[in-house]
Amino acid sequence: MTPTINPNETNPRIAPQTIKLDARSKQLRRTIIDTFAAGKRGHVASAFSLVEILRVLYDDVLNINPKQPRAEDRDRCILSKGHGCIALYAILADKGFFPKEELNHFCKPEGILGGHPEYGKVPGVEASTGSLGHGLPIGIGFALRARMDKLPFRTYVVMGDGECGEGSVWEAALSAGKHKLSNLTVIVDYNRLMSYGSTDDVTGLEPFLDKWRSFGFAAVDVNGHDIEQLRSVLKNGPLDSNKPTAILCHTIKGKGVSFTENNLSWHHKTGVTEEELKNLYAELGNNS
Amino acid sequence: MRKTSLDTVYELAKKDPRVVFIGSDLGPDTLKQMKAEFPNRFFMEGISEANVVGLAAGMALEGKIPYINTITTFLSRRACEQMVLDMCLHNVNVRLLGSGGGLVYAPLGPTHLAIEDIAITRAMPNMTVVAPCDANEMKRIMLQTVDYQGPMYIRIAKGGDPIVSVESNLCKIGEPIVMRKGKDALIVTTGITLKLGLEAAEQLKTSKNLEVGVLHVHTLKPLNERLMREAFAAVPAIVAIEEHTVIGGLGSSVAEIIAEAGFDKPKKFKRIGIPDVFPDQYGSQATLMKRYDITTENLIATISGWL
Repeated sequence: MTPTINPNETNPRIAPQTIKLDARSKQLRRTIIDTFAAGKRGHVASAFSLVEILRVLYDDVLNINPKQPRAEDRDRCILSKGHGCIALYAILADKGFFPKEELNHFCKPEGILGGHPEYGKVPGVEASTGSLGHGLPIGIGFALRARMDKLPFRTYVVMGDGECGEGSVWEAALSAGKHKLSNLTVIVDYNRLMSYGSTDDVTGLEPFLDKWRSFGFAAVDVNGHDIEQLRSVLKNGPLDSNKPTAILCHTIKGKGVSFTENNLSWHHKTGVTEEELKNLYAELGNNS
Repeated sequence: MRKTSLDTVYELAKKDPRVVFIGSDLGPDTLKQMKAEFPNRFFMEGISEANVVGLAAGMALEGKIPYINTITTFLSRRACEQMVLDMCLHNVNVRLLGSGGGLVYAPLGPTHLAIEDIAITRAMPNMTVVAPCDANEMKRIMLQTVDYQGPMYIRIAKGGDPIVSVESNLCKIGEPIVMRKGKDALIVTTGITLKLGLEAAEQLKTSKNLEVGVLHVHTLKPLNERLMREAFAAVPAIVAIEEHTVIGGLGSSVAEIIAEAGFDKPKKFKRIGIPDVFPDQYGSQATLMKRYDITTENLIATISGWL
């Protein structure tokens, strides 16, 4: 059994462990487990840490119409940490981008939903991701296009913290800062755990907020499971009208189920047992 | 050839608002006029090729046609994954104009020599790979790039290369050009080796009265395999010559077609190119080509030895 480690933030303002999940957050997590169970594999813990970020984006922030997923004026949202895709699939299905039934075909030959999201296959997916460090450069391309054509849409790039070890992230951060891309928001799911261990041990990201600021971003950190904090920071446009925005979301990897939280063995889970599935559903409540 | 390709980007930009130029860290006056006329479609993004290719793919997903220019090894080697995933997996209209294809940067050493760019790009699904022989052919190809669908890699040679292409030949992306017909042997060329092929065929005619054909493959992918098979079927001996490693480039493509063609009689066949080494000398493009026998003389000797 891989040991759990506890890298949680202690500052009470942004401490993700203080948040109790509401019914919608539990329901989305149940959908994630349904999908995971159908595919018999998946980055469950990586998806659980993302739920509130994606939920607030798709419920309250993005200008989108699931019936017109390619509408020119829509806001663009790229899930750069593509391995967290089950959370994205759950919210896209919930919003009606594709039938919920499709979730039952996760990772199956006949399905459109793979272990990483693909542009052109999945309505609502703006870019194929999976290899890390690709979403931000593509998002900069979107944001520059909006500026070139004087279009009002915003681009959101949701990234993992471990992903920020990729050089391309910082190449892109320089570029976003240089262009003062105020129509771009980077959201980092800062759960502080990678596949092997903590980001502090494996990559060394701190001082993380200062890094974004020094690259020309207006940056804040929030509790990434606190719906109100997320709404408040995401709904009000850029933090600075002359800079790209970076929002560090303090989260818990595996948030919502006692035995998946901060448990490295749930980063990418295969070979799930019936007992484990039963316990997952037991903690998340019954579908209703 | 580089000047022609960049001048053509400006020409295309004047006609089509989707055309965007992106450089990494090029010379101070690069596309000065385009920058002055279309400042919001001219980007100089710094020494950050992964980001440059990624953001170009983002623009292309949004309907733009970005042309990227930088030293070619920094694309095919450094930004390889961005080319595969951001450009090719999304199948978007990004055009890479790779400067210094082959041995052009001889004095700068192996970090700058693009000896395997064709092999790398050829293996990327959806990628079109083009190596024009001179500035005129570059121009003809560049003019087709706005309406061409999918990602493209265009290999730029040294510049000032002698003009050997012929305007009356149909130059269409994806279609090899029969430059010279001949029943005794066939020389298959790409990029600047067309000049060597034409010289060798002419000298073999003059000195030995041999009829040697020359097939110029400016587009290495997609290949018109049917046309190439027909050309190979008509001769007993074939030489492929390229300014590139013999692994995975033109010679390999030709060998693959011959191997699968099921010809009744076996063909004499040779690949002329850079062996599987990092070039170990400086000098010039010409001296390195001579060092690896990528020469008219080697073509003549090879074909003469067979016939």
